[in-house]
Amino acid sequence: MSAAAILHLLIAFALAPLMTGVANRVKAGFAGRTGAPVLQPYYDLARLLRKGAVYSTTTTWVFRLGPCLGVAGAAAALVVAPWGGGRATLAFDGDLLFFAAALALARFGTILAALDTGSAFEGMGASREATFAALAEPSLLVGLLALARASGELSLSGIYHALTPGHLAAPGGVAVLLVAAAFGIVFLAENARLPVDDPNTHLELTMIHEAMALDHGGPDLALIHYGAALKFWALGTLVAGFVAPVHDGAWTALAAILGGMFLLSVAVGVAESVMARLRLAKVPNFLAAAFALSVLALLLSAHAKGGS
Amino acid sequence: MSATAAGPGLPARNARAFALKDVPRMSAAAFRAWLIEGCEAGGRIAAWFAYAGGGSREMLAVLAMDDESLLEIAAVSVGDSFESITPVCPQAQAFERELHEQWGIEPRGHPWLKPLRFPRKAGAPEIGRADFYRIEGSEIHEVAVGPVHAGVIEPGHFRFQCHGEQVLHLEISLGYQHRGVERALNATPPGSPRWLAVAETLAGDTTVGHAMAACQLLEALSGREPPGRAMALRGIALELERLANHIGDLGALANDVGFLPTASFCGRLRGDALNLTAELCGNRFGRGLVRPGGVAHDLDRELCDAMIARLDALERDTNGACELLWTTPSAMARFEETGRLSREEGERLGLVGVAARACGIGRDTRRNFPSGIHRFEQIPVCTWDSGDVFARAYLRAAEAKRSFAFLREQLNALPAGSPRIACPPPSAGMAAVSLIEGWRGEICHVGLVGEGGRLLGYKVVDPSFHNWLGLALALRGEAISDFPLCNKSFNLSYCGHDL
Repeated sequence: MSAAAILHLLIAFALAPLMTGVANRVKAGFAGRTGAPVLQPYYDLARLLRKGAVYSTTTTWVFRLGPCLGVAGAAAALVVAPWGGGRATLAFDGDLLFFAAALALARFGTILAALDTGSAFEGMGASREATFAALAEPSLLVGLLALARASGELSLSGIYHALTPGHLAAPGGVAVLLVAAAFGIVFLAENARLPVDDPNTHLELTMIHEAMALDHGGPDLALIHYGAALKFWALGTLVAGFVAPVHDGAWTALAAILGGMFLLSVAVGVAESVMARLRLAKVPNFLAAAFALSVLALLLSAHAKGGS
Repeated sequence: MSATAAGPGLPARNARAFALKDVPRMSAAAFRAWLIEGCEAGGRIAAWFAYAGGGSREMLAVLAMDDESLLEIAAVSVGDSFESITPVCPQAQAFERELHEQWGIEPRGHPWLKPLRFPRKAGAPEIGRADFYRIEGSEIHEVAVGPVHAGVIEPGHFRFQCHGEQVLHLEISLGYQHRGVERALNATPPGSPRWLAVAETLAGDTTVGHAMAACQLLEALSGREPPGRAMALRGIALELERLANHIGDLGALANDVGFLPTASFCGRLRGDALNLTAELCGNRFGRGLVRPGGVAHDLDRELCDAMIARLDALERDTNGACELLWTTPSAMARFEETGRLSREEGERLGLVGVAARACGIGRDTRRNFPSGIHRFEQIPVCTWDSGDVFARAYLRAAEAKRSFAFLREQLNALPAGSPRIACPPPSAGMAAVSLIEGWRGEICHVGLVGEGGRLLGYKVVDPSFHNWLGLALALRGEAISDFPLCNKSFNLSYCGHDL
């Protein structure tokens, strides 16, 4: 385990909340506002951590466990998340399944906590989250499978290390681009961004992710926000890894991934500024598109292997 | 003219007084038949209320025959109950519930006799404790929203019966804003400063509309007509109010679908429109402007020119913000075919205003019952026929365009003369109906004057009173996540309903 690999993780833990701040600042710019400081998410976390929490009498220990699982799951996924061409803190064969499972565990905790409140809003949010996650997860797994097949590697670090500009230009490169598009969709859906969810809305009936956090307050809410930021980073590395495939060394890979994450946040901000949110009933179609892209990539990558 | 237009009701005009004794007193059966036949013949109930008249209790109804620009009025002496007409004429439902709640007169056979405003009375149910309609089934879930909402909006309770994401039924329970303003109007000397202050707060976002309806009524009752300059200035204030609210609504609709550019633009532009009203009278919502006999503030040439220049900029920016909305497919995909109401439903419910015109009903008081400036300067009526959120949004933009043209015309050629004349107290024994097309729809005030110039009865019907049920029905079969969008497209008043 190299010093750079440890540093990766620390940087992710430190900078993850910044990404939301960047996206919000971009959105404010489009709206003609100055916007909140880029560091606002940190101020919010600090404010929430200083507060006490109020617990509904209908909730149990499950409710308090949810936010912890949310952070733990996202942090576990970060440990194996690839850094462009650089190695993750941990890399082992099959860690791509570990990555998906860790995120699923985080989601499981959040959903259980939401259901524990017995609130109609939280129930609706949980039901939507579960439905859309069930549609997004296969796209992620099939996409990873396609990449594993194209690169012959079974760890995320290995897969992304094999992604070179030359690889993208090769016949199998189309498959990689398709996976990149699919991951883009999964990234937006899993992180509750437009056009799937609206992170800014105050309307409970339209919320997905936010609805599940309505009854959380103080440190619990801070954990939920922080967990969401870590998840943004973890899934972001999968997308940014395509944009910045650099293999000159650990430090250039680090710079490349930081630049990639920054660009990704700006892109999210721009996308949220120029389009409306999808009708909820149309979200499955959007996610089905991601699945179709992943499956196509899997077929194409198999073909590329077999043909060469 | 239909059979009933010439029928037994007293024909009347908007803002024209008539003697209370000329109103025909019908038998209960004849009154019922008159209302039902009137509604079948294309009329609608503009007001229906009770008052204590000469020792006995009487109910008085105003039928509006839109196509003939004619109002019909009839009264009936009533005991403890009467036979409900709601089963055959659904638009009567809220009026009958109100009669039951305020006067204890029971509409026999009313299918939905629930509290309307939960006034605080001995033995009355506590607010929000209603026998809500429930759909049973293991896959059905109930969602209760409000009265406290996430945004800074008025309180109201919404009860959804859902199957998954689909709304099978929505019940709206209001009354949280019941302040007793109608009773205050009845108890205060009409035209007094306090009375006017109360009239202006009937619905805060329709200050000018309600103040105009109230002052127009007082003027009719005392047989006075405001000078031409006052009519023009009132017209200007009314259209500025319409502009501010329509632009604000367009921005809020864009915000509800997460489309930021139009939402941000319109938020600022609404402020610009409100500031123009402030130029006119010093208050952004038009308080203190409309007074019996005219208006309390005048405009000089210089200010008119300055306002025109600001209107031009406002119109350019508004058109730009709207174009952006109409040309963004992702936003239009949310608006189109969401929250549909058919023309037939709209007519049966007696919808008014934007909600009615969005389902193709050409109902506009400014054309159908013109009063004041609108007798000389017509504003074309806009309609759209799809009855969905898009129709209600697009109509607002179209009406804003008409308002801009009207404002420019009026500001360029204000009639000379004084903006206000004296308005004597109302004459005893007279009554009048005053209709104004506020930005939300038809505002109806009815005043009956008893002996000594005191009010025998004063009734306020806000457009929201007609339209709330329309929202509930528009939600049937829709996705529950689209409720905020539908709600915003109607943008009804809670306090105007609750009074």
